[in-house]
Amino acid sequence: MKNRSLVSINDFTKSEILKIVELAAQFEANPNQDLLKHKIVASLFFEPSTRTRLSFETAINRLGGRVVGFMDASSSSTTKGESLKDTIKMVSNYADLIVMRHPLEGSARYASEQSSVPIVNAGDGANQHPTQTLLDLYSIKKTQGTLENLNIFMVGDLKYGRTVHSLLQAMSHFNPVFNFISPEELRMPDEYKFWLDSMGIKYYEHSEFTDIISRADILYMTRVQRERFVDPIEYEKVKDVYILNNAMLDNTKDNLRILHPLPRVNEIDVDVDNNPKAYYFEQAENGVYARMAVMSSILGLV
Amino acid sequence: MSEKKELSVSAIEEGTVIDHIPADCLFKVISILGLDNCGNLITFGTNLGSQRYGKKAIIKVADKFFEDEDLNRIALVAPYARLNIIKDYEVVEKKHVTVPQEIVGIAKCFNPQCITNNENITTHFSLVNANVLALKCHYCEKITTEEHLKIL
Repeated sequence: MKNRSLVSINDFTKSEILKIVELAAQFEANPNQDLLKHKIVASLFFEPSTRTRLSFETAINRLGGRVVGFMDASSSSTTKGESLKDTIKMVSNYADLIVMRHPLEGSARYASEQSSVPIVNAGDGANQHPTQTLLDLYSIKKTQGTLENLNIFMVGDLKYGRTVHSLLQAMSHFNPVFNFISPEELRMPDEYKFWLDSMGIKYYEHSEFTDIISRADILYMTRVQRERFVDPIEYEKVKDVYILNNAMLDNTKDNLRILHPLPRVNEIDVDVDNNPKAYYFEQAENGVYARMAVMSSILGLV
Repeated sequence: MSEKKELSVSAIEEGTVIDHIPADCLFKVISILGLDNCGNLITFGTNLGSQRYGKKAIIKVADKFFEDEDLNRIALVAPYARLNIIKDYEVVEKKHVTVPQEIVGIAKCFNPQCITNNENITTHFSLVNANVLALKCHYCEKITTEEHLKIL
């Protein structure tokens, strides 16, 4: 992993993913270390994403590193018409590592080709967000004790949700069974289903969110957004169907944990928050340890 | 009585003849091969009769022999093109084009949110399926199919 950029979850092999998960556990046990002392990390957020930025910056600070950068494109030379290439070439002269969030898809791959230092993709449009996937994997491993042979339910916007696509790709190393629950309009795209077929991985599709979740080990919730629907009447029909409430968890497995990439709007009722199966806030905390693991691995410090 | 044969485009002594180009792709092929900036003698004909296309185009480039890799670049727009290598007015070799595994700087990514459609970046695809032409963008990872394919 040393000196390699992390653009897509597919850039990491199974053993590299497991190494990150193992390291994340070590960082959680001992979160304040000086591994990044004398290192400068550039945090380039061409669009605002407070949660992801704070998670990365917390990880850098916990490792004793220093951060330079900007929080949105309006405070960068992009407003003067500077190209992404020029920004990256300049910043890679200053920093040891670049964390980049950009609204355009493919920007992280392009940046990694222009940069003289590794790039960590903190989200490139609807394409990839690999550290989110690594924190999801760490959360699954922590709560289930394993990543192997799990029954994973994904609920909500499976068409546009990049987190479910990346998680699906990463979990394919571990013999999962998937259940996809979504409105017709937001079903898992064919390209991912063809890919699962080619890998021999089982999946089932449902349009109703019912007691089938009694079989789940992981329930991965996502938002169903109004703007994704061509017909607003269709949204009105489904908007309440995909809301998880506490009563729905009565007959679920003891080991079930509910994940959500956050922010939540109304797809998980607040009455779920105190259920021991709710795990989304701890999941967000796990992001700090997963990002500590990624950055220290890429810089060859562990 | 023998059928009278006429050449629609004059013969060349040495060089390459690219035949069976769809008529509406002639200028795309010229552009892809960089023939618009080539100093060699070039003759072309278009809207010639063709059983396959109805109308086809043909290009003859004198004293030029292309690398296969260069010729294969035209496969996206002229998948059935035939190449005749001419020496001393005789066809000494015939070739077909095949879609290359990597396609650089020829096609446009269909995804408007792709970085290649927003900054001055050379496009780069890998071939996912040659039968129902599907190209995966090296940058945004989206698949551009034949239906949405645009040549730059």
